[in-house]
Amino acid sequence: MNDSQLILTIVAAIGLGTPLIFATVGEIITERAGILNLGVQGTMLVGAVTGFWATFQTGSLTLGILASLLAGAAFSVIHAFASITLRVSQIVSGLALTIFGTGLASFLGKAGSDPLVGEPARDQFDAIISGGIADWPVVGPLIFGHDILVYVAWIAAGAASYYLFRTRMGLSLRAVGEDPASAESAGVNVAWVRYVHVMAGGALAGLGGAYYPLALVPTWQDNPIGAAGWIAIALVILASWRPWRALFAAYLFGAAARIQFTLQTLGEPWSSIPATILAMIPFVLAIIAMIALTSGKRARFLGAPAALGIPYFREQR
Amino acid sequence: MSDSIARETLGVDLRDIHKQFYGVKANEGVNFQLRPGEVHALLGENGAGKSTLCSILAGLYRPDAGEMVIDGEPVVFKSPKDALAAGIGMVYQHFRLVPNLTVAENLALGHHNLGVLVDQKDLQSDAAELGERYGLPVDATARIWQLSVGEQQRVEILKLLYRDARVLILDEPTAVLTPQESQALFSTMRQLTDEGRSVIFVSHKLHEVKQVSDRVSVMRQGQMVGEIDTADAEPRDLARMMVGRDLELPTREEDESTGEPVLVVRDLRVPGDRGLESVKGVSFEVRAGEVVGVAGVSGNGQRELAYGLVGLRRPTAGSVSLDSVDVTEANVLEHIRQGLAYVPQNRLGMGLSPGLTTEDNLGLKAFREAPYSKGRQLVPAAFKTRGKDLIAQYDIRGVVPGLPIRLLSGGNLQKALLAREVEMQPKILIARSPTRGLDVGATEAVRNSILRERQRGTGILLMSEDLDELLALSDRLIVLYEGEIVGELTARMATAERLGLLMAGQKDGGN
Repeated sequence: MNDSQLILTIVAAIGLGTPLIFATVGEIITERAGILNLGVQGTMLVGAVTGFWATFQTGSLTLGILASLLAGAAFSVIHAFASITLRVSQIVSGLALTIFGTGLASFLGKAGSDPLVGEPARDQFDAIISGGIADWPVVGPLIFGHDILVYVAWIAAGAASYYLFRTRMGLSLRAVGEDPASAESAGVNVAWVRYVHVMAGGALAGLGGAYYPLALVPTWQDNPIGAAGWIAIALVILASWRPWRALFAAYLFGAAARIQFTLQTLGEPWSSIPATILAMIPFVLAIIAMIALTSGKRARFLGAPAALGIPYFREQR
Repeated sequence: MSDSIARETLGVDLRDIHKQFYGVKANEGVNFQLRPGEVHALLGENGAGKSTLCSILAGLYRPDAGEMVIDGEPVVFKSPKDALAAGIGMVYQHFRLVPNLTVAENLALGHHNLGVLVDQKDLQSDAAELGERYGLPVDATARIWQLSVGEQQRVEILKLLYRDARVLILDEPTAVLTPQESQALFSTMRQLTDEGRSVIFVSHKLHEVKQVSDRVSVMRQGQMVGEIDTADAEPRDLARMMVGRDLELPTREEDESTGEPVLVVRDLRVPGDRGLESVKGVSFEVRAGEVVGVAGVSGNGQRELAYGLVGLRRPTAGSVSLDSVDVTEANVLEHIRQGLAYVPQNRLGMGLSPGLTTEDNLGLKAFREAPYSKGRQLVPAAFKTRGKDLIAQYDIRGVVPGLPIRLLSGGNLQKALLAREVEMQPKILIARSPTRGLDVGATEAVRNSILRERQRGTGILLMSEDLDELLALSDRLIVLYEGEIVGELTARMATAERLGLLMAGQKDGGN
């Protein structure tokens, strides 16, 4: 029963969705501060190459994850500085970050006399429980059979939700994203709040990136993440800026990414659909979801932070 | 919430404050003293530098030069947070509340930031208790965008009291209130000073200053021109200090129009932004050579009424006739061709195109006709020559040929906008808050333009929140409340008090 196509598809969807959860929750936190970071793709790649390299050097997965978090946070400081301190267009700065990050990760993967490309990971994330309850029908593979980061992703989504809606810092964060002038007058340090949360979002994106070469495909290849960073930006809207919903949105897209392999195992006529068509499914789904959600009157109830993307200058008149 | 009586009251001393914005001197060597426990009015024209001075005291702006001394200690505020910590808070003219958060959340925002949990219940009971104590009732669970302007102002004041501010700066608080709401605010202010707090009351309305303050400081063009005990201050002297000369704002000459109706509105219904009906069955007419004033607290359907009349929003029911032609379903261009001129509230953006030159903006409505056009071709030279003429004729100052119009001052923008509209020789002119934010000279020019049009036989619909302006210019007044006309008064019957009652929704405002 645990070998049925349905179960296998869901398990795979959870795996493919996990890095998307990290990146999406990260971007939600960033956007809740009013900063649009289109550099997620680049940040994820930098996190991926740093995390893979750290584990490759030390053999430690923990150090790999720490390295990816730090790299993501450090890399996104570029965007924070450009958009908060210099107040340049967040779209331009974010795109620049993605272009830079993509090139940097690719370069780091090929640099040196002994490049990372093609190297297998020295260690990888495996299911934390094997046998026992992990073999129970249905709930075994769906709930207990995952690696640690799957559970960390659940915790991250729950913690982010709690932080946003139940703590004073979360209140400050939401206020800064809605109306920085009002927040500042109420005694909130707008620039500080924005910096911290752009970096937190970057750290989570870096972690999401590292999941690919350390768990999903444990080797270094050029661009191991596909277009996950871009999908994450769409998922923020699909999740209407709420971390809990990001969990489900990410798994939905994980399933969409997996469906092409499932269909090929089902035989004719499914397997005759060209793989390139099937590979488009997540992106088509993203477009449909965005249109359905953001068109007409529904857009108003989505909950996009009102000051998203707008530079804040206190002495503006 | 800490005990409000326990802390010492503050004396504030601002010395030689300077502040520039992009080369414009907003404050030039300003001195200002506030004594504990007083209501200190700060009087001055728009642009005199009052808001700048207050924003400096509230920590929002940092002065270019000068010293702030609080209770004998020099202080430097890096942000509003520092000012709040020192006991100084400000209610800005444009409220600083986060619209999507609740009243309680807005109160808590930025306060005791290190505490972890937000307990909505605690916050709500704190808010209710404070509100009751100061006569500022407000529903703590409501989101800000659901509140009326008056309620939002109460939240702003509660926000400061929640932090136990000793000095409350109120920047033009009565501009958004009905006369009755203003009176309630004044008694709250008295209660605050009785507790030993002090209030800086910014206004340009002499009678309010006279009524509520202990002392008055008057600013003009970025400088402090005088300070006086209110009891010794004659309104006429204050006015002269404020504008620097004796002042006679133009008013309408007494004569009733007997012209034909040029705008006839019957049972008009117009939807609001959220799809709900904002204008709920309004009927009135405007005759040639008559100024009809529309009074009302902002947000009671004025904007939607204007949109419905000029063709920017399709009415859901009712009819609009311009010069006996039904234009209910017509588009904007058809309205213009039928003789409608429109001065929107948002003069830069909706009225004028910020990036185009002054000359181009002046031709922006007539460009389809000669001399601007020849068949389907534009005649660029005509924009230059016509523009030059109009700029001279309407005394539009500060124009540099070839540069965008957005560089002009508010008064000159409005003169340009009116020049363009009036040059169309309209049959009906709809103007919304035409002198809002203008200095006295520009206000004079704009009012004169409107009265000249009236003399020429144009029907004028003047929508404004400035009661003095409405009373000075209107032959008749209608009052909008929640999208309905709750009263109609002739100029002779209208007083600020009666209008105020009607604006608050009491239909029998006369009693």
